[in-house]
Amino acid sequence: MSKRNGKPEDQFFSKLKRWMDGEMDPFAGKLESKPLREADIKGKNMLDPDMLNKEEVEAILNDASRNKQMKTYNLFYKLSSVALCLLLIALLLLNVSYLPKFGSAENPTENEVVQRYVEQGMDEVGSVNLVSNMILGYRGFDTFGETCVLFIAATCVLVLLKKSEKEIEEEKETDWQYEPKPDSILQIVTNILVPCIFLFGIYIVLNGHLSPGGGFSGGATIGAGLILYVTTFGFHKTQRFFSEKTYEVAKVGALCLYSVTMSYYFYTGANALKNIIPLGTPGHILSSGMILPINIFVGLEVACTMYAFFAMFRRGGM
Amino acid sequence: MSFVHNFPGFSIVLCMVAGIISTPMKGKHAKRVTMAVVSLVFLASLASLGYVLSNGEPFIYTMGKFPAPWGNEIRVGVLETLLASFFSLIMLLSLVGGMDHVFKDVKEEKINLYFILVDLLLSSLLAIIYTNDLFTGYVFVEINTIAACGMIMIRERGRSLIAAIRYMIMSSIGSGLLLLGLAMLYGITGQLLMQPAHQALVAIREMNGGALNVPCLITISVITVGLAIKSGLYPFHSWMPDAYGYSTISSSSILSSLVSKSYIVFLIKFFYRVVDMKGISDSRILNILFVLGLVGMIMGSVGAIRATGIYRMIAFSSIAQIGYVYMGIGLGTDLGMVAAVFHILTHASTKSLLFLSAKGLTDASRNQRRFHYLQGAAFRTPFYGIAFLIGSLSMVGIPMLAGFISKILFASASLDADAGRAISTLVVLAISTILNAVYFLHTVIRIYTPVNIPEEVKDEKNSSPFSAKVALFVLILINFGLGLFSQPITDLIQIGLGMFG
Repeated sequence: MSKRNGKPEDQFFSKLKRWMDGEMDPFAGKLESKPLREADIKGKNMLDPDMLNKEEVEAILNDASRNKQMKTYNLFYKLSSVALCLLLIALLLLNVSYLPKFGSAENPTENEVVQRYVEQGMDEVGSVNLVSNMILGYRGFDTFGETCVLFIAATCVLVLLKKSEKEIEEEKETDWQYEPKPDSILQIVTNILVPCIFLFGIYIVLNGHLSPGGGFSGGATIGAGLILYVTTFGFHKTQRFFSEKTYEVAKVGALCLYSVTMSYYFYTGANALKNIIPLGTPGHILSSGMILPINIFVGLEVACTMYAFFAMFRRGGM
Repeated sequence: MSFVHNFPGFSIVLCMVAGIISTPMKGKHAKRVTMAVVSLVFLASLASLGYVLSNGEPFIYTMGKFPAPWGNEIRVGVLETLLASFFSLIMLLSLVGGMDHVFKDVKEEKINLYFILVDLLLSSLLAIIYTNDLFTGYVFVEINTIAACGMIMIRERGRSLIAAIRYMIMSSIGSGLLLLGLAMLYGITGQLLMQPAHQALVAIREMNGGALNVPCLITISVITVGLAIKSGLYPFHSWMPDAYGYSTISSSSILSSLVSKSYIVFLIKFFYRVVDMKGISDSRILNILFVLGLVGMIMGSVGAIRATGIYRMIAFSSIAQIGYVYMGIGLGTDLGMVAAVFHILTHASTKSLLFLSAKGLTDASRNQRRFHYLQGAAFRTPFYGIAFLIGSLSMVGIPMLAGFISKILFASASLDADAGRAISTLVVLAISTILNAVYFLHTVIRIYTPVNIPEEVKDEKNSSPFSAKVALFVLILINFGLGLFSQPITDLIQIGLGMFG
């Protein structure tokens, strides 16, 4: 303790410095339930490790009432973060005050780009839903990237939560505790609701080029239906029609077909070749060229991703 | 229209497809797919570089039927293809060099996931390099962030999870600012494509008497800060030491040499093609980048001197090197920009060499990363010792190696700028070089100090595969190549930057 009281100024700035370097986490030991490891305490080097044992050091480190520098530091940290946020808010509000008025016809955003999307979109891409034209036709590359964002987000969840078959097998003993209890009201309601949700989701996907909707929203609806089913009936019953294998086939198949379609579109478009996918008559169910199949692929991918998120967080496997 | 036109666009799609088809595969097969794709991308980028050079002008490739600004397009010039081929080569070497560790560090059922992340990371790197559209850039910045985050946390040991969370938070703030800035820019200019947005900004500047007005300045600074956070400029660097120190070695090498650089490339594109150099120099945003770069050069080195472990030291050295790049950008001259781009190449090749050789050294020292245990490591594994020595000398700036050329370029570029910048650059460059020498040579002396080691450690022969050594050898060759034949490369960069304008 005597060592610490020697140079309070140094203490504060060295702490700030270490925090800036990322060596010290002011919240360490406050948010986690696990105790700090030895290495973390040593890294702080605040007290002579030989003088006190680990628990005492930890208590002093994290007890703001006994550690005045910590208290001052925490206060400074909070005040400076509030000040920084206020500054950023003020800056952004200032900028908003300069921005053109929303919806005004003289805005720079009302230019030839929007004009062509609205006026020629239906004839050029073929869908009545102009938003679909924009995201799947005109800017198809961005949307392909966006679908890959979903794909990679699902991959990252797998990285974090996926359990090996052995682990799932080991946990089978206790896993039933987390399975839903047979609740007849819930089951009957689910039995009525889930088919409707699926149908509605499929309707949104298939009608994506005719009405508001499309692959992303329809897929999310189907995914929600799957999650409702699994929370009511448990994994065992769900696996009869949606197992890990179904998931992989549906997801990989949809994404592969999507990339094949997009590659064809990029290749013919960039090389000015003829695109053999017929556009059809706008307004018909079988129309708008590649938008309908892409909506289906995106819908499958989104539904699978939604369900995979749920299944991974629930038990680390399908 | 030549067939080569299709190469850049299809490299991006190919990487995505490789990621997608790796999902149901076993790790070994996913590895083969990834290696094949990265090599293919390298060859394709080289071919496009040759094509663009022989044509003498960049070409536009529309991704789809509709030309920009309605559709998406990518722009392929000398600088883009040069960076794409260099990045894919470094990625290939980093993967080969750390492959045995990937299989050791990552759980067996997750190995294919690692290669999915690598594939998509490469696709996003390529798209960020090639994009001609700000929003496309943003979409792939997102993929880049998520993939990098997964590559940090897949090791699941030590502090890699904490590091991934830190990286995620800082990176999300950066992405958020970038998206806000792009939205505001769209509101002001009505364009997402780089060239029309530039014209709109020029019109605003003319109306405002030659200078950018307040909303433009705020927008540009928000975008700049967002990208600076993501690339780890000095005050935003706190995620770097853990992220680089605790992930599997290929990830560290790829993250430090490629991922943080791709944001800088995007920033350079933004400065050159959207704001243009005159506008950005007048706006004084560069002054802030310049000062932060200088501070980063010193503080990164100070952090590296204080580090007790070898990976942490290399990570802090990355902070200093990012400072160099921003200092070059901050000079505000074409020569400074050339030096900055050249330093991106230097740092990418040297840092991956350092990370991979440091792994070899720690492997020969009972997997301990602290300097105390590394004593004499170079005698236990001579090849990695030499590789680390060459990497260190290059970072310090010994002639014949890449780092020397970057330092020369920075110094000569600073003489073109105004007196204040020139003096501060030269002084900080000198101090930073000394600090570099302090920590790198300290480590080199450490690993070349003989030590009496117990028998059981002596028996732990380094069992790294032959391919890893070949990868390191190629990295050494690249370092010498950049150092000895720098003129053609700086010429290429100059031509490429000229095509940007």
